[in-house]
Formats: sequence, C-alpha cells, structure tokens
Amino acid sequence: MTAATAAMSRIGPLGAALRRNAWTLSLVGFLVALLVLTKVVQPRYGAVAVQGLGTSVLPLALAAVAQAIVVIAGGIDLSIGSMMALTSVVSATAMKGQSEEFAVAVVVGVLLLGVLLGAVNGALVVITRVPDIVVTLAMAFVWAGFALLVRAAPGGGAAVWLKDLVVGPIGNEWIPKSAIALVVIVAIVWIPFVRSRLGLSVYAIGSNQLAAFRSGVSVGRTKFLAYALTGLFSAFAGLSLTASTGIGTPVPGPYTLLSVAAVVLGGVSLAGGRGGVFGPIVAVVVLQMIRTDMTFLNVNTNLAVVAQGVILIGVVMFGSLVQLRRARA
Amino acid sequence: MSGVASAPVERSAWLTAAAWRRLFRDRPIVPLIGLLLVLVAIIQFVQPGIVGPAWAGVILRASVPLAILAGCQTLTMLTGGIDLSVGAVASMAGFVTATLVHSPVGVPFAIAVALAAAALAGLITGIGVGVFRVHPLIMTLGMSFVVLGLANVWQLETVQTGAGVPDVLRTVGSGTVFDIIPNSLLIFVPVMLLILLGLRRTGFGRLLYAIGDNPIAARLSGARAWQVLIVLYVISALLAGIAGLLVSGLTNAASVSLVDSSVLPSVAAAVIGGTSILGGRGGFAGTIVGALILTVLTALLTVLGLPEPTRQVLFGSIIVAVAAAYTRVTGEA
Repeated sequence: MTAATAAMSRIGPLGAALRRNAWTLSLVGFLVALLVLTKVVQPRYGAVAVQGLGTSVLPLALAAVAQAIVVIAGGIDLSIGSMMALTSVVSATAMKGQSEEFAVAVVVGVLLLGVLLGAVNGALVVITRVPDIVVTLAMAFVWAGFALLVRAAPGGGAAVWLKDLVVGPIGNEWIPKSAIALVVIVAIVWIPFVRSRLGLSVYAIGSNQLAAFRSGVSVGRTKFLAYALTGLFSAFAGLSLTASTGIGTPVPGPYTLLSVAAVVLGGVSLAGGRGGVFGPIVAVVVLQMIRTDMTFLNVNTNLAVVAQGVILIGVVMFGSLVQLRRARA
Repeated sequence: MSGVASAPVERSAWLTAAAWRRLFRDRPIVPLIGLLLVLVAIIQFVQPGIVGPAWAGVILRASVPLAILAGCQTLTMLTGGIDLSVGAVASMAGFVTATLVHSPVGVPFAIAVALAAAALAGLITGIGVGVFRVHPLIMTLGMSFVVLGLANVWQLETVQTGAGVPDVLRTVGSGTVFDIIPNSLLIFVPVMLLILLGLRRTGFGRLLYAIGDNPIAARLSGARAWQVLIVLYVISALLAGIAGLLVSGLTNAASVSLVDSSVLPSVAAAVIGGTSILGGRGGFAGTIVGALILTVLTALLTVLGLPEPTRQVLFGSIIVAVAAAYTRVTGEA
C-alpha cells in the first residue's frame, strides 16, 4: 500500500509509470510482506512448500485470467467454474487408458471445446442482449449439467506428460513447473492478444461501449471473441485441474466466485476497460498465501475464509476511497 | 408508457403483435401466469391426475422460501444491485437457530439471535455498498465468505452441544392445514404484502426504483442513496434469514451450506419475473410467479424422469430463453 501513496506524491515519467501500476505494485509488495511473514512464523517454509503452492494455485490463476479478459470487455462470466468442470471431465475421460500421443490430440480438442463453450456464451450475450450476468449464470447450470452427463462421478485419467508439465520443479528446486506453465500460456495467448487490434478493441468496448462503437469497433464481434478467449482460458484451467489431480471432477469447484474476487483484488475494474492479467494472478497467490499462513499460525482454517472475505471487501473499499478522493481533488 | 399513441387501435388491439408486446412490457405478470398454467397443463398431460389441491400445496410449500429469497434479489436488483450473500446468510440463520435450540432461554431466543446476526451482516453489507460504494456483487460475495467462515467456526464451537431443528420451525416450514394449505403461508403472506405495498405505496419503495433508474437524478432530487441502501440490505438479509429458517423447517436439516444451492435460482426467479438486473424496473408480483414457474418446472422435469444433469441443462436453457424473449419484447435489457 505504501507504493501507492509514494507514487501519487511524485511527478514525472517514472512517477506516472508507478502511478499507473500502483495497484499491482502494492499487491506485489503485500505478497512479499506475506512471504516474509510466512518465513518468520514457519522457518521451515521452503522449496517443497513453494512447489505445493505452485500446483495448488495454477487452476485458479488460469481461471482468474479467464475472468479478467471478459471483465475488461465490460462483461462477467459466472460459468467459468462449470466450463472448467466440463473441460476437465472431458479431458480425463478421453485420456483414460489411451496412449501418450493420443493425449496430445485430446488436449488440442479440449482447448477447442473451451473456445466453443465460450463462443456459445458470447453469442448468447450478443444476440439476446440479456445482461451478461444472467446469461452466464444460466449457462453455468448448462455446462455443469453436461459435465455430469459426461461423467457422473470423479474419475478418468491423465497422460503422464501432461502431469509432468505442471507437477514438480524445473531447473532449480525453487521453481515450480506450474509457474513456468502459467507464464508460457499467458505469454503465448495474452501478450499477442493485448497488443493486437482485438486487444485494443476489448479495452475500448469495456471502457465506453458507445464511444468504441462510434470509433468503428464492432462491439458485438469483439465481445463474442472476448468470451471465446475466456472459454479458452477456462479450458486451460480445466486441463490444469486434470493434470494436477490426475482425474476429472464433474462438480464445479469454487472457482467462479474466487475468480471474480481475484480479478477485483487484482485491480481490474468491474466496470470494464481497466486492468490486466498480472494483477489477478498475484491476487490469486496472495489469497492462497493467506490461507497457508493461517494454517501455520494455527488459526482455524474457517477463519481463513473469513479473512479472504474481509480482505476482498477491505481492499475494494480502500480502492474506492482512493478513487473518491481523487475525484474530489 | 405509450398509452396516448396506442389509443386509436385500442379496440382490435388484442389481436396485433404490437399489443401483445405492450401487454408483455406493461403487464408482464399476465404472460408469466400463462406460462405457469402451460407448465401445469404439461404436467397434467404427462401424468394425468397428478395436479390437484394436495399437489398445489406441495408446490406452494416448496416455492415459499425460494420466493422470499427471490424477493431479496428483486429489492436489491431494483437499485441496480444484487445480493449473493442470501445463501450464506439464510443457511447461517437456520444453523444458528438449530444450535441454540437447547439453550435454557429457548426457541424464541434462538430465532432472535439468528435474525439479529443476519441483520448485522446486512448492515455491514449496506454500509459497504452505500457508504463505501463497493460494487454490490463484490460486497455481497465477500460477505458470503465472511458469514460462511464464521458459521463454520461457530459449528466447531458448538459441535459438542446437542442441536436440532426446533419443532415450531418444522411445523411452520413443512406442516400443512388439511394436508393442502402450507403453514409457511403464515409467514409468506405478511412478507409478501409488506414487500408489495412497500414497493408501491411507500416513499422507500419509490426511492428504490428512483435510485436504480437514475442514481444521479435521484441524488439531485434529494434522495440520500446511502441511507436507502443500508436499510435495503438490512431488509434483504432479514428476509434471507427468514427464508433460511423456513428451509431448515421444510427439510428438517440445518447446515452451514443448506441454502447455497438456492442462490442462483433466486436470481433466476427475479429475472424471469421481469425485474431488470440493471435496476429501476420490475416488481415482486412477477417474482412470485417466477419462483412458482421454477418450482413447477423442477417438478415437471422430475415427473418426466429426467436425470439430474439433463434437468440442469434444461433449467439453464429455459432461463436464457425466457430472459431473451423478455428482452426482445420489452426492447431493453
């Protein structure tokens, strides 16, 4: 939080850059403080724990990226958890007992399935003009229903190479493979996207739909593509669930609402048009670290849920206070 | 809205498409009741003889808690908000009551504590939304984490003492008069009248519409939005608490996640009932019909013998379809 105040009092290009990223920077600062705290309360916290952190964080981090894209476009997707469940069970069921090579085709197919699911959401939002929240809420039922039709109980399998992609260290014992996987996925998909015309259009329609329309952006098409991309990242998240657990679970986890929380904590405005994916990813790690720290401190784990809620509310309150002050000044 | 323009065609109006559209827009409750009757007719067709007074009683009994929860969504959606904490608050209320039932002070005390806790949660939500202007989606989401976590802590604290759903809740929640009329109407009818009259006849009700329709205009005309919102979210949490007590009475169970599965249907009921999630348009009458439609729909899918997953798929598709039809004819989201 100190970075934010420091950034505001300084002027100049450096100050401007700091100010633009003040939210993310303070979030990183908060994460560092949490890590220091963790090391203090639990001196044995080390490489093994970092590996565990990496694996447990990956699905939610990808879900947060998925949510971030659609929220930046001015929408919201409450069906992410269900899409993850569906893609996860489809991949686990298809890979069970098949060869390693076949699994490559499965992964590609499941990613395409994710794009398709997102595209259906997007098409419904654009064509029916029903508010995003209602459409995706309803589609959450639909996708979860399909997931249960594919597989009534948790099961299936995952290819060895897929598990190897996300479980265990790489190079140094401190670096989890899952972190590398996350960085690679984001670098391959997000960075070209955000630099493209489409990326700019997504920010534009999220920021001011009418202005974007009048500047020649095809609002419907852009929104549709944003939802498709959200579907793609949901499929990545679903695959990472399969890879890290080795099975597919048809019942959606708490990922939808947690992804909304992470996105908001990560500095993406729910009003759209502002933020990126780095903030939400850091926010996911912060949320997980809080849980870990509370376990180390021997605090009731249920209080960790309370803490997540309080932090979510507190941070957003702080953010809106800052904005109110800025508006007055 | 378009009363003057439509005056000349009034006589043959019921035949034209525009008239249907107008009917849908101005009196959404009429086509909704039509849809409800169609669903009932389908059930009767699929399983002749099932529809009767006793069946209606069962449907009503199941609809009451959903309708109250959907009332929370209706009220908050009118101001452009939403209340995702109803599930956690309702479950907590039922659970706290069940754990305190063997306390020396008795059941009324247990219910009072549960509702007070719900009101406190609503007060905090209201302060967050009204004073700190946190987006209602985030505020109520965060609040649901807090309430769920605290309820879990409470569960561990009280795990030793005996607990159970008090008889009075069972009687009210699941009992019926002459095996037909559910006792829960005893609670629901006053709640319904309060909300309906409150929205139509009181300044508070008008303010909800005003703030949802145009917050700036409302502020400029002297409405203190923050006060309205605080009261609104306290009311919403209290309603959720009452619904939670009814659900625990209906199912004879109490757990910290008992009502969670009703959160999304409650939003769906309000949307189907014609309340706009963007604020300023809608009402509780439509919501009640929406809750009935969802309950009858669930019953229909059960009668058809569809497995749970298929039911979910159809449920979601129907919500999208109804909302889309609604948006089409009203010409707005």
